Amino acid sequence: MVEPTTEVVECDVLIVGGGMAGCGAAYEAAYWARSKGLRVVLTEKGAIERSGAVAMGLSAINCYMGMKHGENQPEDFVRYVRQDLMGLSREDLVYDIARHVDSTVHMFEEWGLPFFKNEDGRYKREGKWQVMIHGESYKPIVAEAAKKAVGEGNLYERVFTSHLLKDAKDPNRIAGAIGFSVREPKIYIFKAKAVICAAGGAAGVFRPHSVGEGLGRIWYAPWNTGSVYKLMGEAGAQMSQFEHRLVVARMKDGYGPVGMWFLLFKAVLKNALGEKVEDKWAHLLKDWEPYGGQKPIPTPLRNHQLLQDFIAGGGPHYLRTDEALQKMFDSVGHDKKKVRDIESDAWEDFLDMTMSQALLWASENIDPAKTPSEIVLTEPYLMGSHAAATGAWVSGPEDIAPPEYFWGYNRMTTVNGLFAAGDGVSGSAHKFSSGSYTEGRFAGKAAVQYVSDNPDDCNVEQDRIEEIKKDLWKPFEVYDKGSSGSTQPDVNPNYLVPKQALHRLQKIADEYAAGISSQYLTNGKMLERGLEMLDLLKADLQKQGAADLHDNLRCWEVWDRVWCLEAHMRHMMFREETRWPGYYYRSDFPKLDEENWKCFVNSTYDVDTKKFTMEKKPYIQVVS
Amino acid sequence: MPSYVNPNKCDGCKALDRPACHYICPNDLMHLDKEQGKSINIEPDLCWECYACVKTCPQSAIDIRAYADIAPMGASITPLRGTDSIMWTVKFRDGQIKRFKLPIRTTPWGSIVPFEGMPDPTLDDLKGQELCQQAQFLGVPDLPQPALVVRSS
Repeated sequence: MVEPTTEVVECDVLIVGGGMAGCGAAYEAAYWARSKGLRVVLTEKGAIERSGAVAMGLSAINCYMGMKHGENQPEDFVRYVRQDLMGLSREDLVYDIARHVDSTVHMFEEWGLPFFKNEDGRYKREGKWQVMIHGESYKPIVAEAAKKAVGEGNLYERVFTSHLLKDAKDPNRIAGAIGFSVREPKIYIFKAKAVICAAGGAAGVFRPHSVGEGLGRIWYAPWNTGSVYKLMGEAGAQMSQFEHRLVVARMKDGYGPVGMWFLLFKAVLKNALGEKVEDKWAHLLKDWEPYGGQKPIPTPLRNHQLLQDFIAGGGPHYLRTDEALQKMFDSVGHDKKKVRDIESDAWEDFLDMTMSQALLWASENIDPAKTPSEIVLTEPYLMGSHAAATGAWVSGPEDIAPPEYFWGYNRMTTVNGLFAAGDGVSGSAHKFSSGSYTEGRFAGKAAVQYVSDNPDDCNVEQDRIEEIKKDLWKPFEVYDKGSSGSTQPDVNPNYLVPKQALHRLQKIADEYAAGISSQYLTNGKMLERGLEMLDLLKADLQKQGAADLHDNLRCWEVWDRVWCLEAHMRHMMFREETRWPGYYYRSDFPKLDEENWKCFVNSTYDVDTKKFTMEKKPYIQVVS
Repeated sequence: MPSYVNPNKCDGCKALDRPACHYICPNDLMHLDKEQGKSINIEPDLCWECYACVKTCPQSAIDIRAYADIAPMGASITPLRGTDSIMWTVKFRDGQIKRFKLPIRTTPWGSIVPFEGMPDPTLDDLKGQELCQQAQFLGVPDLPQPALVVRSS
């Protein structure tokens, strides 16, 4: 590989990642930047027209209050999220998203996103918080607005950001980021006064259900490699709730969404004996009071019921699409046009956002009105935008956050000038696409405010930049030096190819960190052993080899995921209780412990010593 | 479910700066094979079957062959994406065909005007909780405030 060239990009606000949160940050920052004539730059490892978790499209917007019709108030949403997260959410952050999110959704409609509407003109509800959209082009529409807002010249696509840069004089201030092009041998150094980290959560850390060619057939986007966490964690930003992973029940193998089936079509999950899982295992809920006794049943407890039924011999489990659709056909008197409309809605749910499920139905000749679909629990994911809460510990909004949760700027991490949004923010779960965009908007505005208050240029040590540049190109050097050691490029004692490193990581995660093969079960000793194996892998990652830029991208994505797994394991080890059964179980601490653990778990990573420091942070109830 | 390229249809997007699939793939999978002069999915086991390449290909040269580890062979779903709608043709393994036409956008592409009608912000506006275009889009006159009940744990 030829030596890379270097381009230095000077800007005021840098946004890393152009998914929903990044596009929201770009739009809002670009507006407020006009007050001072600031430059806003957006960098993305893909092309923002189809990047991030919404690249494929969506069939629903899952976070919408409908305040203009009095449908829900932000307080209601906070209570819902608190219950689903088994008590632990940052209520200041959740409330903030809830009170603003409608404006984001209405703006999307104005831009051209098509919504399902009722006869009265209101959005068609899929559930209490969800509205239905024709969302095939959701991301291209949102990307168009972001591109126009920042200007094409400020958009750097196909640039993988590998490290954040700190100020040479103030070790707790951000100064920019560094990364490399995946299209040409070129390193980018972004110098910025504020950075918004809006990259994706972590998929592909755990060994998935699928095998062989199916490695990429996972529920969350495989290009979400957890860089949002590794970037901020290595910069010293405090992380929170990194043990609070996500596991969801989805259609087997195709990972088709189930929200519309449960909420709108009222489909029921039954076991192989025809028993309703929720009813048969209702008695389990009393072990998880006070959350077990309240409705709706939290996502982890629903998983717990499904898993216990499987262990008791109830599998396979089926979502009874057949019964649900027949009831709906009955309700419209089997009117041909109406039956056809219902069928179209059912298929569109997949065609908008998970085409593989539609293809799997076609491959198995499944007519959902006649044949039910199998349901399984997925492999675990680390993310902050769904029914889970991994991410950075950030300041809340000034007018709501208790003093313990406020330090100057909304959504700023514990590193000055470093902001987070979307999957990157802990404790504000259930934001989904619209809430992630809205959170990006908060960060966008607050970052401009930060730069306005702190206009001095930052300085980065040139030595540090040179050190990172050398590291970035090391996989090429390892490969070039070692490639003559074998006639088979993938099996060579001199280096590890990134795909094999990924498999090794996923195996450790699966077997020691409560993956699918152990049915989400681990304990302190298992975690200790897993961390020993992870240490060996980390040492070997110094010998990753890359033949081309694509390989180098994959090498650095492995580093993202490895950092995420270590943080995840250390958090699981620190929390000595089982708070989210159905997500994971500590067999040595199998119960909920409200007295000692109704608190957040935070960690700080020291990039020099490579050590995590763990601590508890208080949970403060903000809404009654 | 990996994408693959039909060599009889792909021309490597000779008329463009780069192949359209190479530009769009979120996971950097679609590359130009210089020897063949055609596109290729270089890492099929990291394909999410998002169909971004299939939808964008100007020659309709890309299709998806369902993942071999889970799906019986023979089915296909094929998109034809226009400016305001997309037509999906679902072909079942047993030959049955279903078609679905779904809207994708209600306004012309390129028609978004950011911050339309908004005056430039002042430094004073930077403080406070109001977001850009809130008055136009929030739907209620005032930004809600919680009746604060802050309790320590």
